[in-house]
Amino acid sequence: MNAVNSKKQPIYLDYQATTPCDPRVVEKMLPWFTEKFGNPHSRNHSYGWEAEEAVEKAREQVAAIIGADAKEVIFTSGATESNNLAIKGVAHFYKDKRDHIVTVVTEHKCVLDTCRHLEQEGFRVTYLPVQPNGLIDLAALEAAVDDKTVLVSVMAVNNEIGVIQPLKEIGAICRAKGAFFHTDCAQAVGKIPLDVNALNIDLMSISGHKIYGPKGVGALYVRRRPRVRLVPLINGGGQERGMRSGTLSTPLCVGLGEACAIAKNEMGAEAERLRSLRDRLLKGIQAKLPEVYVNGDLDSRIPGNLNLSFAFVEGEGLMMGVKDLAVSSGSACTSASLEPSYVLRALGLEAEMAHTSLRFGFGRFTTEAEIDYAIDHVVEAVNHLRAMSPLWEMHQDGVDIKSIQWAEH
Amino acid sequence: MAYSDKVIDHYEHPRNVGTFGKEDSNVGTGLVGAPACGDVMKLQIKVSAEGIIEDAKFKTFGCGSAIASSSLVTEWVKGKTLDEAASIKNTDIAQELALPPVKIHCSVLAEDAIKAAVADYKKRLGAADDAAE
Repeated sequence: MNAVNSKKQPIYLDYQATTPCDPRVVEKMLPWFTEKFGNPHSRNHSYGWEAEEAVEKAREQVAAIIGADAKEVIFTSGATESNNLAIKGVAHFYKDKRDHIVTVVTEHKCVLDTCRHLEQEGFRVTYLPVQPNGLIDLAALEAAVDDKTVLVSVMAVNNEIGVIQPLKEIGAICRAKGAFFHTDCAQAVGKIPLDVNALNIDLMSISGHKIYGPKGVGALYVRRRPRVRLVPLINGGGQERGMRSGTLSTPLCVGLGEACAIAKNEMGAEAERLRSLRDRLLKGIQAKLPEVYVNGDLDSRIPGNLNLSFAFVEGEGLMMGVKDLAVSSGSACTSASLEPSYVLRALGLEAEMAHTSLRFGFGRFTTEAEIDYAIDHVVEAVNHLRAMSPLWEMHQDGVDIKSIQWAEH
Repeated sequence: MAYSDKVIDHYEHPRNVGTFGKEDSNVGTGLVGAPACGDVMKLQIKVSAEGIIEDAKFKTFGCGSAIASSSLVTEWVKGKTLDEAASIKNTDIAQELALPPVKIHCSVLAEDAIKAAVADYKKRLGAADDAAE
């Protein structure tokens, strides 16, 4: 095998699933587990004070990467909790005045499931469709927001296809209509520049482990002017301005803060590097294989994501063929439903094309040599599978696969 | 998900991949599944004058378990009569390949592919006989 893969571990190309903790982050965290173990909420002694100081510094680091004030950042257990708190918290607080929420069909499951839950409580939810490139239609958004809309929740960057929604325009529509704008930025922070004031964002969810920080920590930005109010999910000692009770984990907060500080510093150069890796991957594969398609807009997209459909080969079979790569497939053949990715289906992709997709996610520790290895490995696997694909054979023979009467099972 | 060694072996070294001429009167073709469901199997059998399956070929679009199931049945049907081949059960395929519950449908599809190929062969034979009369 290639020297790149001498470790016998697959090459990690799944950075949208999670990222390794940066060693610089781990180093900053370590003292807060052992000698500096104080409760950051203890006001009576120096153990508590130093922990509080560390947490507040981390809060400033998180605020800085999104152009916010530290007072507007609260720590949570991760983006799932942040999304739950933002959506349920706002909906419940303002329910007597407004009862309508607007979101998008391609949101993360934790947003969609939260909205479904609120529907059962009697809230109205509009699920906006997306265009074939994965972006929302702003006119459709404007039409969907009415004077009863309390919240618009649109993710900044999609986890499967990496597309960047037009946040500034969405923020302007929300401000004009008097609805709060929440955005799930789990995949966006540290990848693209974000400024909560320039973009009119009222609430923003942040994840630690997507940005080379630790798992188990995240944050929610909650605007103070004009003030956004929430009903908390977790009641208790009133920490985090009463919005999220519970003792903060000093090491996790410190880790998230440091991850944000590093990302803020390195974002520009890193984006350039990743863009060149992505171009190399796409060109390398398309030069050697016909019938390979990019899912989602290629321009309005974070540089560390490439989602490709390899026509006439099934995604899970392909994953088995690229066993030296750790990637994700849009085919959900392993699940009982046999339903392929709802995100890819929302683009209008035929189910058979959604079944043939792979998501490549790369980041801070991905090298050019790994990309070159991935190209060869993917090309070899696709050729192996196409040689035994009846659909590829029909395509070669000029048979239109859609003209066949398939028995769906 | 971890695949069994037998699935991996069939996936990496599939047996009898290919296509017979569809016009051959001694060939039966079964095409089952659907692209939208993520599985399509094409199984072909070549039958002797005595009604014995002499050769078999497959092509499959699907996951590793689907490829392995179809590869396996091309080995199993060889040397069998049409009725013997048609009596191969999906449970035998699933057991041989140690398929997990979520992959049982792959073995079902392989069983369906055999039955479809046998039926197609019989239909063609009937049509040939009719033409000869």
